[in-house]
Amino acid sequence: MDPLKFLGPVIVLAGILGFVTYAILFERKILGWMQSRPGPNQLGPWGMLQTVADVLKLWMKEDTIPNNADRPLFKMAPVIAFVPSFAVIAVIPFSPSIVFADLGVGLLYFIAISGITTIGILVGGWASNNKYALIGSMRSVAQMISYEIPLVLSIVGVILAVGSLNMSDIVLKQEKMWFIVPQFLGFVVFFIAMLAELARTPFDLPEAESELVAGYFVEYSGFRFAFFMLAEYVYVFAMSALTTILFLGGWNPLFGLTFIPPIIWFLLKVFFLVFVIIWLRGSLPRVRLDQLMQMGWKVLLPLSLVNIFLSALLKEVPFIQAFF
Amino acid sequence: MRTEEMILNMGPQHPSTHGVFRVILRIDGEIIREAKPVIGYLHRGTEKLAENLTYTQIIPYTDRMDYLSAMINNYAVVHAVEKLMGLEIPERAEYLRVIVMELNRIASHQVWFGTYLLDIGAMSPFLYAFRDREKIIELFNELCGARLTYNYMRVGGLKWDATKEWLDKVRDLIAYLRKQHKEYYDLIDNEIFRSRTKGIGRYDKETALSFGLSGPCLRSAGVPYDLRKDRPYSIYDRFDFEVVTRDEGDCYARFEVRMEEILQSINIIEQALDNIPDGPIMAKVPRIIRPPEGEVYVPVENPRGELGVHIVSKGKDTPWRIHWRRPSFNNLQILPHLLEGENVANLVAILGAIDIVLGDVDA
Repeated sequence: MDPLKFLGPVIVLAGILGFVTYAILFERKILGWMQSRPGPNQLGPWGMLQTVADVLKLWMKEDTIPNNADRPLFKMAPVIAFVPSFAVIAVIPFSPSIVFADLGVGLLYFIAISGITTIGILVGGWASNNKYALIGSMRSVAQMISYEIPLVLSIVGVILAVGSLNMSDIVLKQEKMWFIVPQFLGFVVFFIAMLAELARTPFDLPEAESELVAGYFVEYSGFRFAFFMLAEYVYVFAMSALTTILFLGGWNPLFGLTFIPPIIWFLLKVFFLVFVIIWLRGSLPRVRLDQLMQMGWKVLLPLSLVNIFLSALLKEVPFIQAFF
Repeated sequence: MRTEEMILNMGPQHPSTHGVFRVILRIDGEIIREAKPVIGYLHRGTEKLAENLTYTQIIPYTDRMDYLSAMINNYAVVHAVEKLMGLEIPERAEYLRVIVMELNRIASHQVWFGTYLLDIGAMSPFLYAFRDREKIIELFNELCGARLTYNYMRVGGLKWDATKEWLDKVRDLIAYLRKQHKEYYDLIDNEIFRSRTKGIGRYDKETALSFGLSGPCLRSAGVPYDLRKDRPYSIYDRFDFEVVTRDEGDCYARFEVRMEEILQSINIIEQALDNIPDGPIMAKVPRIIRPPEGEVYVPVENPRGELGVHIVSKGKDTPWRIHWRRPSFNNLQILPHLLEGENVANLVAILGAIDIVLGDVDA
């Protein structure tokens, strides 16, 4: 048996956990600098052990389950929310050689599996038997279902251009030009829908702390809570990786700088997107639920349909069809 | 499909009620059908306590009522006693009082916009607001040794005099705040904020007047009522400043009114710093303060609205009865009226824009 096939997933799992650990620190540091304060700096050099300490604290917490909660569902919800977030990583091509599952329908797999998390959130909110949690989970399900549609439709343009749902094929097609240029409209719709899918500011309504205290995981504590948070951050990574693959050319280098290995290029782009997501959190207020729904159905959905139409049309026009 | 209304108990421990305030909501989905505010969690019986305290002893209690504008609360009670006794206050004391009161107004408005943006979901403006407010608090600390509960004013004048260096620091701070004011707008005034506040929690002039609103809540509906202009107390009639009003009467108008008031306060402080004379800071006041028999009502302009003090004296060293008209309490009364038919996210935007301080609601 090929040792890479066996050890690879373990290494990636550890890598993702490491990413989450430092993404949280990175987020807190960046937010700190944006808000003229230092951010975590007490534990370890430069606050490097802050997240480790946080996780240890969560680990040692008593595991409380509310009296009237639906116990089996309450215990199941974090798992349902968390497992798909790791499962989607399998189809992401980090570089031409590092792909774990080179599925023919990789993109479809990604979108379909990530939809399962919504069920976990709904179950968690329902099983808590708490009104805030219920409203939070209702909000988040409404939001995720509404935004999944523009999200999927906005990548149809890319699929039309490539003619394949395989992630590696999508990246290989972008050697000459990244899809962000010809598919700019698609990129804008995708990016907004992605933020809403991730429930990040300005679309963080499911966990709107000023209104709903904490949203769907208000009754969760200890490690169950950590699982929800972990799922959230793994999705930040997975969605940034997906954006990179679809629109920013995956591992393809910029300016012909081919001496930098493809995986570094890939990770640089992913981290840049993660930074943008944090940056938005530092600067924007939250939109309201009805405004969010209106934007999803009345603006993003028509725009993504226009994008499909344009992509299909321009594919037949001579001279520029090479880009599509 | 059959839907059911549910009762949501918001508070008394909730991050957006700014203290121990509770609203019982009857909601249908996220639409509020009925809102019932419950207050009294911070009631300390200040009015009754004050009946057994000498006038000087009452002053620290006023610090704890509206803890974001303690200087103005100090002034209100001190001014009422002075009016009852017919005291002549030294010029320097009056100028210093105006400077600290306006600084306090700026600090209070900064806390307001910081926490308001936090309610709406933006976290950065909060820290910027508190960074600059901290500078004001530090100056107060230097002047009277306390950051929030100043206990600075006395019947007849002030407890401590300001040094020349302190006044220079105020001058520097004012220049800095004027510069920062633009940054606040850059931080806050974006499309999402406008869509969250424009047209939300709207009321017209008549409603505002019939609910007895005052302060920025009233001025945002287009009523140019500011006690500093309309019934000038202290030496406010000597300064040149504008009463900021807006006609829209929505949350965005209240935001604009408060932001502009920061600039007007800066103007007042600048003029006061230019004209402040030397001299004593205490009038000749008898050791035991015994106002003559009679009663007096003194309204002053608090950052939240009209703060009134009503004292009934029987010629003793303690008041026979003292009552405060607390602006937060009066402004809060409009809340159930505004909330009907709104959704839960707007509740936070509307409640925040009224700007209540729970210490002031419950006294």
